[in-house]
Amino acid sequence: MRPKLNILSDEMADQIIAEGFELLMDPGVRVHNEDAHKLLADAGAKVDMETRIAYIPESIARRALETRPSEFYLYNLDGEPTVYYGGDSIQFDPGSAAIAILDSETQEQRPPLTDDFVKFVKLVETIPQLDAQSTAMICTDVPGEIGDLYRLYLALNYMRKPIITGAFRKDTWWTMKDMLVAMVGSEEALAAKPIAVFDVCPSPPLLWSDLTCQNMIDCARYSIPSELVSMPLAGATSPVTLAAAVVQHTAECLSGVTISQLAQEGAPIVWGGSPAAFDMREGTTPMGAVGTWMIDCAYTQVGKRLGMPTHAYLGMSDAKVVDAQCGLESSGGALMAALAGVNMVSGAGMMDFESCQSYEKLVIDAEIIGMAKRLVAGIEARDEPIALTLMRKLGHRADYLAQMHTLKWFGKELYIPSSVIDRGTLDGWKRKGAKTAWGRAQDRVNELLATYEPSPISDELRAELRDITTKAAQKFGMDELPPLPRD
Amino acid sequence: MSEKLSNNGQLLSAITNSIVEGEPDETVDLTRQAIEANIKPLTIINEGLVPGMNIVGDKFQSGEYFLPHLIIAASGMQRSMKLLEPELQARQQAVERAGTLVIGSVAGDIHEIGKSLVGTMMSASGFQVYDLGVDVPTEVFVAKIRETGANLLGLSALLTTTMTVQRDVIEALEEAGIRDQVKVIIGGAPVNQEWADTIGADGYADDAVGAIELAKQLVG
Repeated sequence: MRPKLNILSDEMADQIIAEGFELLMDPGVRVHNEDAHKLLADAGAKVDMETRIAYIPESIARRALETRPSEFYLYNLDGEPTVYYGGDSIQFDPGSAAIAILDSETQEQRPPLTDDFVKFVKLVETIPQLDAQSTAMICTDVPGEIGDLYRLYLALNYMRKPIITGAFRKDTWWTMKDMLVAMVGSEEALAAKPIAVFDVCPSPPLLWSDLTCQNMIDCARYSIPSELVSMPLAGATSPVTLAAAVVQHTAECLSGVTISQLAQEGAPIVWGGSPAAFDMREGTTPMGAVGTWMIDCAYTQVGKRLGMPTHAYLGMSDAKVVDAQCGLESSGGALMAALAGVNMVSGAGMMDFESCQSYEKLVIDAEIIGMAKRLVAGIEARDEPIALTLMRKLGHRADYLAQMHTLKWFGKELYIPSSVIDRGTLDGWKRKGAKTAWGRAQDRVNELLATYEPSPISDELRAELRDITTKAAQKFGMDELPPLPRD
Repeated sequence: MSEKLSNNGQLLSAITNSIVEGEPDETVDLTRQAIEANIKPLTIINEGLVPGMNIVGDKFQSGEYFLPHLIIAASGMQRSMKLLEPELQARQQAVERAGTLVIGSVAGDIHEIGKSLVGTMMSASGFQVYDLGVDVPTEVFVAKIRETGANLLGLSALLTTTMTVQRDVIEALEEAGIRDQVKVIIGGAPVNQEWADTIGADGYADDAVGAIELAKQLVG
């Protein structure tokens, strides 16, 4: 049996869904996008062009819930389906769009550069617990206007795993789409075997900005998966009660699914989010708060009840250094996400809310993720009878280490962590330099990077990607891209 | 002739592989075949079994292999050695022993795993091992050392209440006048180098692989 967390009663989940539908009509959803206005109006929704508020009848949203896929796969660069959005499958990728990297030497935050992100992508490739890449940080050595597409350009040069990404502008989305098409050969191939998901974020409460709404519509029209990142901040941009925050999340996601399906029936779209239980002392948006995790788990349950693939930003910390708070917050969120069956859990490596990435935290989080995956794999009988045959054979001899039964099963039954986790004796630990988790994580990062194998893409494709990206950069005053780091 | 040599070579590397792959039944089976093929017992040991154990040890050190791999490989080696010993005696040969170890958990201590692990690994590393089990009375250690002429004594204690018995055993060796004959190594969760120094033990190791290195330093 797979352990499963259901944080809401069925009755409450149904009431949340019912109230979510009601919000679509009253007060309605404010949409700052012309394409969406037309799509909604054509479908029979009333759109007030002055206030930009769309009043979406439940019937239109219900119809969207019938045409959206309940599952889909992401493919790696070898064309293999390695990420499954659907059911209770759980997969993990790094938190995305950090504006800082925690320097490995000084342990201080600094702006990320090209070399930092390339190193990060390589590291993600080598971490077995991570299922996907993300455009994890924004490099500051290129113009801000191409910050989104430049991340994707770098990642595509070094990755094999599929990637979670997102656009910051309407026009840059097209450049990013062109890169993805270049990778797989054609728009049809990209639709058939997607290698990327675009995050699209409604603004709380109940608002779609022009940019993100257009990104979602464009994704749908090319059957590129998009991932709703609804982010009620309980007590600030949404009601403070956790259940009401989930109602708001439900309405925002329902409106997203509706617009997406009106743009293209059957377009893959994910029920996701990054809510937070607002901090009433600091005025911040903690990712390590238990209330945040509870909202995430609750909306995941709602999404599953509506047959949607799911996503959440979990497994992050608000700590500024890789310390005890960092570990405890990341563990709590990741374990909750695993138990809730979130299909894609984004957050590994991320700290200081959602602003700073760390190589060292990433390899520590990999161990948390390994444990979380082991947890949801559950306890299996393995033998029938479970223990009688073996225990009667051994009687009172404590000789299980020498049994073939142990050799056969220990690797599956016991999660075996990397050297990041210390389980040696006190003397053994001292002999290895008495390192803290930070020091062991530094060693692990270097050890993993040494195993990185270059991406298989051709020189022609690399040149094409560089050409596409350079043309975009030239629009914003950068004639030549920074050189890619040498291997 | 050359065909036979190549067959023998294949048999020996199959023995090595069976140790590395953790298939002790096959190790024993292949050892029997090797004896029947008239391969010299010392050749079977030195070119079949020992290289396998060396690979397993390396893989354990590098983190690829875990304790069950180590123990199961060692048990295959031990079982094969039982088959080979009569063959060696018939040729009036003997395996060159790195030393003779008497090992046990001290009186009052019933913990078995760590002690057995060290015993098994030492045996697979070429030591003659007499494992006396758990809750071993002090005088039994003394008697066994006298009987076997062992040059190494391993004392395990997992409890703070039984670690003091390690000191009792060392004192008993002194009273019996055989303290100089054996090197005493100690192990167990509450034990460390400081305790080894305090009670006059010759060494301490915190895992089985460390114990082998220590033993080889002391008596090798």
